[in-house]
Amino acid sequence: MKLKLATMVVAGVMAAAPVMADLVFPALSYRTGPYAANGIPFADGYQDYFTLMNERDGGIGGEKVRMVECETGYNTEKGVECYEATKGEGALIYQPLSTGITYQLIPKASADGIPVHSMGYGRTSAKNGKVFEWIFNYPANYWDGASIAVKHILDQEGGDISGKKIALVYHNSAYGKEPIRTLQELSKKHGFEFVEIPVDHPGQEQKSQWLQIRRDKPDYVLMWGWGVMNQVAIQEAANIRFPMDHFIGIWWSGSENDVLPVGEGANGYKALNMHMPGADFPIYADLKTYVYDKGLAAGAGDQSGSVLYNRGMYAAMLAVEAAKKAQELSGVAAINAAQMRDGMEALSIDAAKMEALGLPNFGPEFNVSCENHGGSGLGIVQQWDAAASKWNVITDYIESDKEIIDPLVAEDSAAFAAEAAIVERCN
Amino acid sequence: MPDQLLFAMEVTLNGLMAGVLYALVALGFVLIFKASGIFNYAQGVMALFAALTLVGIMDGQVPFAHLINAIFGTDVHHFGWNVPAILAIALTLGVMVLLAILVERLVLRHLVNQPDIILFMATIGLAYFMEGFGDIMWGSDIKKLDVGLPQGISETVESATDAIFGYGFFIDRLDMVATVIAALLVIGLTLFSQYTKQGRALRAVADDHQAALSVGISLRFIWVLVWSIAGFVALVAGMMWGAKSGVQFSLSLIALKALPVLMLGGFTSIPGAIVGGLIIGVGEKLFEFTIGPMVGGATENWFAYVLALAFLVFRPQGLFGDRIIERV
Repeated sequence: MKLKLATMVVAGVMAAAPVMADLVFPALSYRTGPYAANGIPFADGYQDYFTLMNERDGGIGGEKVRMVECETGYNTEKGVECYEATKGEGALIYQPLSTGITYQLIPKASADGIPVHSMGYGRTSAKNGKVFEWIFNYPANYWDGASIAVKHILDQEGGDISGKKIALVYHNSAYGKEPIRTLQELSKKHGFEFVEIPVDHPGQEQKSQWLQIRRDKPDYVLMWGWGVMNQVAIQEAANIRFPMDHFIGIWWSGSENDVLPVGEGANGYKALNMHMPGADFPIYADLKTYVYDKGLAAGAGDQSGSVLYNRGMYAAMLAVEAAKKAQELSGVAAINAAQMRDGMEALSIDAAKMEALGLPNFGPEFNVSCENHGGSGLGIVQQWDAAASKWNVITDYIESDKEIIDPLVAEDSAAFAAEAAIVERCN
Repeated sequence: MPDQLLFAMEVTLNGLMAGVLYALVALGFVLIFKASGIFNYAQGVMALFAALTLVGIMDGQVPFAHLINAIFGTDVHHFGWNVPAILAIALTLGVMVLLAILVERLVLRHLVNQPDIILFMATIGLAYFMEGFGDIMWGSDIKKLDVGLPQGISETVESATDAIFGYGFFIDRLDMVATVIAALLVIGLTLFSQYTKQGRALRAVADDHQAALSVGISLRFIWVLVWSIAGFVALVAGMMWGAKSGVQFSLSLIALKALPVLMLGGFTSIPGAIVGGLIIGVGEKLFEFTIGPMVGGATENWFAYVLALAFLVFRPQGLFGDRIIERV
């Protein structure tokens, strides 16, 4: 009997061993609740890319990928619970798709030694790698977004926007307030009048805000929204006949979900993006062969090619490339979280690499370094074509105004360093 | 006329219209509370469920498609037809009646004579169940609701006010339709409760359960009836709000807009829901317009509750609610 038991234990351990060696990528996703419509395509894209790695390439560097999905419902407390529940599985990286959860994870993950990648969200000053050793937000952050939007307006107005009025309609939360400081600085630099118009969560009713816009007649409206706030804002803008090509959303206000419910009224609406929209990339042929046709697609398998699906896929691609870099640096395939962090810090994405991955010109070129965890700060502007029901990219990659942003990053990260008693690194 | 006064008039008009939309949600709460003393936490989710069902039927969506495909390895999503809006509304109404029957059979019947708080807790459970059930049945994506409701600025109002005041007011045509529908709903509900046998039975149950039972009125039938009517009101509210934002899961949060209306108008009065909605709508919009800019804006959510609380201090039963008299 004892022999039988011992055999079973040994067999169990041996069976478990390959699982322990897997590269673990937790997915703090939200497929339920009021924000599910946005959470699902991101989660599907994230998951499908890792499935592709396993099915086509046999994993990363020979190591299979294991996804651990945990439902946050876009709720910060649940997100932290998910982190605590999954970190012991050997988690290599967290990408929580929530500014609120990211803020909570910054001290926890830093203490636990697990990197967090908040791609285009979270704490903007995490760009400063000297202070935020474990936090990354490449390829662009909110302040880059604000600057890119203003640069696009400058371009539209022939380089002079002095005396113009730019309103920011924002979700009245830490996320929505992020660009205010940058826009205040940019208004000083370029001489435009800056008006703040907050919208309370969830943003289902915005009549007051859009009546104000109708009265004040700003030349441009920027939007930092998420979820239902986006659809209602675009609908209200259409209702008051605000010129849609003067209405620009951040990349979290620029998915198909935001414009389709508004129908023809959304035509011409613009949004920033940190990567290309659409499914016109060679990687989609591989996804079809190795994932979709095998019945391995995540969720309902109906999100392919949407903006947020592409974003999830892009987040996973950057994680995979960082893992490859980590394997290269450490010389081991079964990397741990600390080695993953090193890989992220040495990550370099160039045109040749994206081409080789089947994603030519999909995202900006950028390098991560000890000092710069935020990448190049490049973004494009896309415009909605309601008749064709698709986003058209109308600019090249636009670089943010580093002259304004870098001092703000330095100031905010220095305040965090003083508060958390962090000694700057990379010296 | 000074610009600020004109703007205030425009804000007031839009506040009245917004108030009507809040009242539409509050009506569902009032109907159920009046007839059964239950505060139906699931009313917001009922509006969501009704709107999801309506869009699903109109678009010929296969219910539970994701589940069916996962179990049987199929790839079905649509039946391949579209159902006209009127027929889809009628079918959705049928679904809401079926839901009312199921709620009575599976939940309320087993909780007869339980304290109010237990019934309230049951509706919380019902809300979460229906949210998940709706998700599995129709999917989580945002759906465009197109039942032919007009939307956008009323050019008639704009040009008329421009001719009179030199400033064209903004009124959303959808809000105007909502106002007409709300008025028809209130008239219909009043006629129903005054002049039909079922309506009188409903009022009898609302006045005194025991007395109503003693004269042979079926409490179970009344519950099914009132939940069906609340389902119909939820469908109307879901259509109006869904037309504004698309049908999506945050629709269930519109219940938050109804709570201050109920506090103000009273939980047992249909006119109270309407008047309460109008006061909240106008109050929050005017406050945002006048005081909002001084305090950083986004005042509407909390100010609605402050306004309701201020009324409660003077009339705890709400403006039109039944007076609370406890004899000891």
